Amino acid sequence: MRTEDLIKALDADAQDKAMPLGKAWWLAVGVAVVIAGAVFFATIGPRPDIMPAMHTMRFMSKFVFTLVLAASAFALIRALSVPGASTRRRMAWMLAAPLLVALAVILELFVVPEADWGKRLIGSNMMICMSFIPLIGIGPLAVFLGMLRYGAPTRPVLAGAVAGLLAGGLAATFYAAHCFDDSPLFVATWYTIAIAFLTLLGAIGGRLFVRW
Amino acid sequence: MTGKDEAELSGLFRAAIAGDERAYADFLHRIAALIRGFVRRKIVQGGVDPEDVVQETLLAIHVKRHTWREDAPVLPWVYAIARFKLIDAFRRRGRRIEVEIDEIAETFAEPEAETVSDRDINRALDGLPPAQRSVVSSISVDGHSIGETAVKLGISETAVRVSLHRGLAAIAKRFGRQ
Repeated sequence: MRTEDLIKALDADAQDKAMPLGKAWWLAVGVAVVIAGAVFFATIGPRPDIMPAMHTMRFMSKFVFTLVLAASAFALIRALSVPGASTRRRMAWMLAAPLLVALAVILELFVVPEADWGKRLIGSNMMICMSFIPLIGIGPLAVFLGMLRYGAPTRPVLAGAVAGLLAGGLAATFYAAHCFDDSPLFVATWYTIAIAFLTLLGAIGGRLFVRW
Repeated sequence: MTGKDEAELSGLFRAAIAGDERAYADFLHRIAALIRGFVRRKIVQGGVDPEDVVQETLLAIHVKRHTWREDAPVLPWVYAIARFKLIDAFRRRGRRIEVEIDEIAETFAEPEAETVSDRDINRALDGLPPAQRSVVSSISVDGHSIGETAVKLGISETAVRVSLHRGLAAIAKRFGRQ
């Protein structure tokens, strides 16, 4: 088949319309939130003292970390799924959540006596944290990998990893409403491990499934 | 490649996405010539037929055209796809190629004409289910319209459109998986 002939075929298929990728991403996030929320409320649900907890800095800080992570990952993955789109600034924004966590850890180390550091770090919920963040995030990750297939990422492994970070940020936001361990020491350790697992899974998914 | 080219090509592509087939044909012809120049310049050691990469890139542009943001310039998007497909073509043949993203090399990509030989796309076409294959080759190789193809094969125009769309998507997917 000559290229001329191929163009005839492509041209005859010009009428076919697909949803613009930008719009599809917003839809995907909506679906992912519903899935994550359904899993969360069907399993662990929010902690009983969530109303008073909302008046504490430590509790609310968890949502700042997880939402900043999710928002920066969402901005980056949208750019990564479009060929030729500039990603440098959005990459830099990915540092925001880790930096905020690091800052909170330093503050916590100043405020809390050294004898209590270990107790705050270990907390009471770490196994639940490490299993439920991936469990809540796995559905959203599948949705985001599906979106990467719909898009055209020229760096599929990186894009898959960012899908994992986005799913992790989303899942951790829900999980944070359940968890009693509000110390940044706990969050910086166990949330990070749980989200890193989803990130690894996303990278593998990107390598295996995101071909175009 | 100039700013004028960019503006014209973006305009054509926008019209094409809105459903203007003449604009789309014009866009694809001009883009094909640019990609051919780009790819031939990058393949210096042989091993990969440039025209195969041109065709794969055009198919990818077609099936991924919903990823283009209509307010963004079109040429960086096109060249990023061409570069991805070029690297992919070498990877499939067990080789690696370094394609640096230098804007300058792309700036000198002059339109070039096609050479004829056996194509990867023919093998992909042969792998299609018979119904899709007869529709795709009727429209491409034989140059028939959708209406003519429908009459020739004794099916509805809608069926022709569906088979064409699915056939092209399958060929594009096959390229990605190989």
